[in-house]
Amino acid sequence: MSSTSRPSWRATGYGVGHLLMAVPLALLLSWAAICLGLAVIGVGIPLARPLGPAIAVLARANARMAGSFLGREVPVAALPKAVGGPWRATITWFGVRAWWQLMLWLLFACSGGLVLSAVAAAVPVGVLALIITALSLSVSGSAPASVPVLLVVAAVMLNPLWWFCGGAVMRLRTQIEAAILSPDPSQELERRVADLTLSRADSLDSSAAELRRIERDLHDGAQARLVSLGMSLGMAVDLLDRNPELARKLLLEARDTTGAALGDLRAVVRGIHPPVLADRGLIGAVQALAVDLPIPVTVDAALPGRAPEPVESAAYFAIAECLANVVKHSGASCAWIVIAAPGGRLRLVVGDDGRGGAHAARGTGLVGVARRLAAFDGTMELASPDGGPTVVTMEVPCEWLSPRITPSYGTA
Amino acid sequence: MRVVVAEDHALLRDGLTRLLTAYGVEVALALDGTDGLAAALAREDIDAAILDVRLPPTFTDEGLRAAIAARAARPGFPVMVLSQYVEHLYARELLASGDGGVGYLLKDRVADAGDFVDSVRRVAAGGTVLDPEVVATLMSRRRIEPVERLTERERDVIALMAQGRSNAAIAGALFVSEKAVAKHINGIFTKLDLPVAGDDHRRVLAVLAWLKV
Repeated sequence: MSSTSRPSWRATGYGVGHLLMAVPLALLLSWAAICLGLAVIGVGIPLARPLGPAIAVLARANARMAGSFLGREVPVAALPKAVGGPWRATITWFGVRAWWQLMLWLLFACSGGLVLSAVAAAVPVGVLALIITALSLSVSGSAPASVPVLLVVAAVMLNPLWWFCGGAVMRLRTQIEAAILSPDPSQELERRVADLTLSRADSLDSSAAELRRIERDLHDGAQARLVSLGMSLGMAVDLLDRNPELARKLLLEARDTTGAALGDLRAVVRGIHPPVLADRGLIGAVQALAVDLPIPVTVDAALPGRAPEPVESAAYFAIAECLANVVKHSGASCAWIVIAAPGGRLRLVVGDDGRGGAHAARGTGLVGVARRLAAFDGTMELASPDGGPTVVTMEVPCEWLSPRITPSYGTA
Repeated sequence: MRVVVAEDHALLRDGLTRLLTAYGVEVALALDGTDGLAAALAREDIDAAILDVRLPPTFTDEGLRAAIAARAARPGFPVMVLSQYVEHLYARELLASGDGGVGYLLKDRVADAGDFVDSVRRVAAGGTVLDPEVVATLMSRRRIEPVERLTERERDVIALMAQGRSNAAIAGALFVSEKAVAKHINGIFTKLDLPVAGDDHRRVLAVLAWLKV
């Protein structure tokens, strides 16, 4: 169901989901009640061992539904790993905030939450039932004519109630759910530190590899050519009087060598920071990439300003890598690029109509792209079913700089 | 021939001036930036301009934009744009600024002085001279209608036409007779559905059609 459809319809869908999930939840609740009863004689405590992990599975499934309904991520407090046997594990969990959150959520999902979902789900089902009853009554003629009419009126009156309130009821339920399950802020911070440590190590690795590559390129390319240039010129100076014809040949060779050295330097510079990116910014540079491709590429781009230089550069190389993959592997006849800025993020989408079946793990290129973006807290998603199309979606949080003032050429 | 040169790097500016003067091209003005450039390009006694793409104040693509602005004010005003690197996108923008009288070369090409001055003269005479590197990226691209209809030989010919070569030079480069070259060029004109007009104008149109692919 698309996110633009009427919230009431989606509320009904999720409500039905919640009703179905109520069955396992009710079982778990009864289990919890039994454990509570048996806790007096001690047996209840080890018996409660599987409760936490089982509820956690259902809570995460619910959080995903709540997240897609609310249009934001609904994080779930994580239960720490069990330590020791059933006794020790359960006793340890008694001291853990997340465990009690899961119990509270179980209670909510079996009581108030269930009622709210039933309201959101049941009204359209009830309306349908009323109308069907009215129809069958009027066809069979077994009741006075006024009964079906009254039923239809009732159905019609219920309808707007659901239409306007269904979404609100479901929003209420999902918001309460999100509040109950929300992780401890310190836990969230720990997770974030772990993520950042990983991405920092990755970017240090990849920037060290980049520097090694640049060093090698310069050493094998421009540097070697300048050495040979020096030799040619030195020999030419020596031979100038004795053998001007040979000196001339050497000078011509020296001229060609300077051209080749410049070509090498250009290639290195393009790999570090493409000049067109500095000139025109991300959109212009991507357009320049697009016109150089052997297949038609449409670029649909709109940004509120320029992104910070490191983000621009990461975005440019990410798109360049995706386009290189399109040309090398996809067999596509056309490709498209969308660059947009939804809600403080820079979004890049590269798609093609090729054969699909791309895997981030198979080629190192896309892994490199994901790493580069991770350094900026960015994400990459690859959708490439067999038979295509392949769509790579990348997002990076971004603060926009105001558009650069371009100098004008007056007729002064 | 009197030209204006704009190049921010003093060594290159002096080198260019020296080189052009040595080959009989008068450098009326050598500027280190865009100050006074627009006024200089509007002067009636100036026949052509040689501009660096990167000029102060922002060192991005001022030279390119100055060239396009000058050609908007004076249609067909010959401009040779020099750069440390070439972009197909920039070549397209320059060509779109009007028919003919456009050059776009890597700075490296200055090393071959005679060839470079030849290119400047061809641009001043209304020709189109594109850097072989731009032409090479175009050659590697998959073709789209109507350029797809060109034969291999005709593509070789149009690639050399884009670099501003005369029929005689093309014949020399491809080891064929000038008559054969003329035949190929006529084939290109027909296949690209170019209107009957002056030969020079049609050459420019053919290159344009090829570039826009």
